[in-house]
Amino acid sequence: MTLLRIESLSKEFGGVHAIEDLSFVINPGTIHSIIGPNGAGKTTLFNLITGVYTPTSGRILLDDHDIAGKRPFELARLGMSRTFQNLQVFFNMTALENVMVGHHLHLDRRFLPSLFRLPAIARRDAEARAHCLELMAFVGIGRYGDADAASMPYGALKRLEIARALAARPRLLLLDEPAAGLNATESREIDEVIKKVAATGVTVVLVEHDMKMVMGISDHILALDYGRKLAEGTPAQVRANQDVVAAYLGAH
Amino acid sequence: MNAAMMLAPRTGGLAALALVVSLAPLTFPNAYFYDVAVNALFNAVVCVGLNLLVGYGGQISLGHAGFFALGAYGSAILTGTYGVPPVAALAASAAAVGALAFVVGRPILRLKGHYLAMATLGIGIIIHIVLKTESQVTGGPDGIGVDAFTVLGLAVAGDKAWYWVGAGLLVFAVWISLNLIDSPMGRALRAVHGSEVGAEVVGVDTGRYKVLVFTLSAVFASVVGSLFAHKNGFITPDIGSFFRSIELVTMVVLGGMASTFGAVVGAVILTLLPQLLASFEDYEAMVLGGIMMGTMIFMPKGLLPSLRAALKRRRAAA
Repeated sequence: MTLLRIESLSKEFGGVHAIEDLSFVINPGTIHSIIGPNGAGKTTLFNLITGVYTPTSGRILLDDHDIAGKRPFELARLGMSRTFQNLQVFFNMTALENVMVGHHLHLDRRFLPSLFRLPAIARRDAEARAHCLELMAFVGIGRYGDADAASMPYGALKRLEIARALAARPRLLLLDEPAAGLNATESREIDEVIKKVAATGVTVVLVEHDMKMVMGISDHILALDYGRKLAEGTPAQVRANQDVVAAYLGAH
Repeated sequence: MNAAMMLAPRTGGLAALALVVSLAPLTFPNAYFYDVAVNALFNAVVCVGLNLLVGYGGQISLGHAGFFALGAYGSAILTGTYGVPPVAALAASAAAVGALAFVVGRPILRLKGHYLAMATLGIGIIIHIVLKTESQVTGGPDGIGVDAFTVLGLAVAGDKAWYWVGAGLLVFAVWISLNLIDSPMGRALRAVHGSEVGAEVVGVDTGRYKVLVFTLSAVFASVVGSLFAHKNGFITPDIGSFFRSIELVTMVVLGGMASTFGAVVGAVILTLLPQLLASFEDYEAMVLGGIMMGTMIFMPKGLLPSLRAALKRRRAAA
C-alpha cells in the first residue's frame, strides 16, 4: 500500500505553471528525494502536499483519502509534519519550547485546566519536557535546552526544526533542504539524523541540492524541471538519466 | 534570590507582586492615593489580559476600551434597571462580552497587521457610538449612575476596600496569565506569534487560538469594566473611547510586550505619570508623549524586558 499518491497535480500562479500534471507515489518506510534546478517547483510541491497551498487541479491521497485543500494543522493530525527551507522557527521562544510546540497534539490542551495549571497539566508538561529534550539530543542539539532560539546558530536551527517536526510524531516527514547552508561536516551529521529517523519507521521525503547526500541516502528519487517530472527511480537510474544531466548542466 | 530570578515569572515574581500590592498602602499619605492606586490596579488587570493578545499572541486590538465599557454598562444597566445582583450582573456581562468577542473575532482575526488594527478600531468605535446614542438604555452622553457593589449583602465601599479588591484581582489575573503562557495552549499561542505556518504544520489550529485569546482578553476587560462602574458610581460612554483603547495598548507596549509583569508596570506608570506631571500643567501631554517616544526609541522592547536583558548582560560580563 502506498502512503502518499499524487495524481495529475497542477498549481498555477497567475498563468505560470509551478507544478504541471505531476503524478508519483511514495511508499511507506522509504527515503524519497525530490531534486531539480532552482525554480523547478520543489518547494511548491512541498507546500501543496502539506496544505500550505491549495492545488489548482489534481489529487493528493494520503492513505487513499484525498487531502487536497486541507489545512496544515489538519494534516498534522493525520501524521504529516515538515521543516522549511527558509526557517520558520519561533524566535520568541526557547529552543526547548519550540520542540514542545511540536508535541502540541499529544499534550493536554484543555482551556480551564491550563488557566489554573491543574496537576495533570503540570505532570504531562514535565513528561513532554523530558521527551523533547531527548529529541533535541537525538538530532544533536541537546546542549541548547533552555537557550533562546534567537541566540542559536543557523546549523542548530535547522536541526531544531527537525526536532520540532519529530515531536509531532509524524508518519510522513517532509524536509525542505535540510542541508542548505551547512558545511560538509554538518551535512554528514544531518545525513545520519535522517537515516536514524527513517530507521524508526518514519517515511522521509526531502528536497535537497546536496547531491552527495541525496545519492547517498535515498531509496527513490524524483527529478523535477519546470514543474514537470523529468525522471524517477533509484539513485543509479536517475544519475544515468540524460535529461537529468542536461537539466543540471544547462545543456540543450 | 538574585534580582534576575526575582524578575523571572513564577519563581519570585508572583510573590513579589503580592508583597508590593500588600505593602504599597503603607506609603499612601491620604485617601486620594487610594483612588489613583485603584485605577492603576484596574488598568493593570486589563493590560495583563491585553498583553496575552498583543504581547504573546502577536495580534492587535485597538478596540479594547469598547469591551471594558460594555462590561461597565452591562453591570450598570442590569443592576440599576433590572435589579440583578452585582456579582451576577458582572458574570452575565462578561459572558455576553466574551460571546461578542468570539463571534466578531472569528472573521476579523484572519486579518493581519494594519487590517486587523483597522477592524478592531471599528469595533471599538461602534461600541462607543452605540453607548452614546442609545440614550433610552444607556443614558446617552450624559452617562449613567451605578449602584454600589454588594456581595451577600456586604457593600464594597470606599477606595480602601476597592484597593484590596483590585489588588486581589490583579494577583489572580497575573497568576492565570503566567499559568496560561507556560501551558501547551500558551506555547501554541506564542508560536502563532513566532511563525503561523510553523505552528500550523505541527498541528496548531492558529485561528482557534487567536479567537480564544481575543475572547479571553475581552472578558478580562469586561470584568474590570464592571468593577470600575460600581467603584466610580457613575460612568459615561467616554470610558469606551478610542483614546482609552490606545492608552491601554500603549501601557502594554511601554511596560514590555510578552511580559506579564511588564504589562503591570506599564499600566501603573501610565496611570501615575499624569498625576506626577500635573505640575507641568499645559505641557503635561507633551512631556508624556516625549517620555513615551524616548522609551520606544531607547527601549523598543519595553521597560521590563529591556531591564531584564541589561541585568543578564551585566551578569554575563561579571
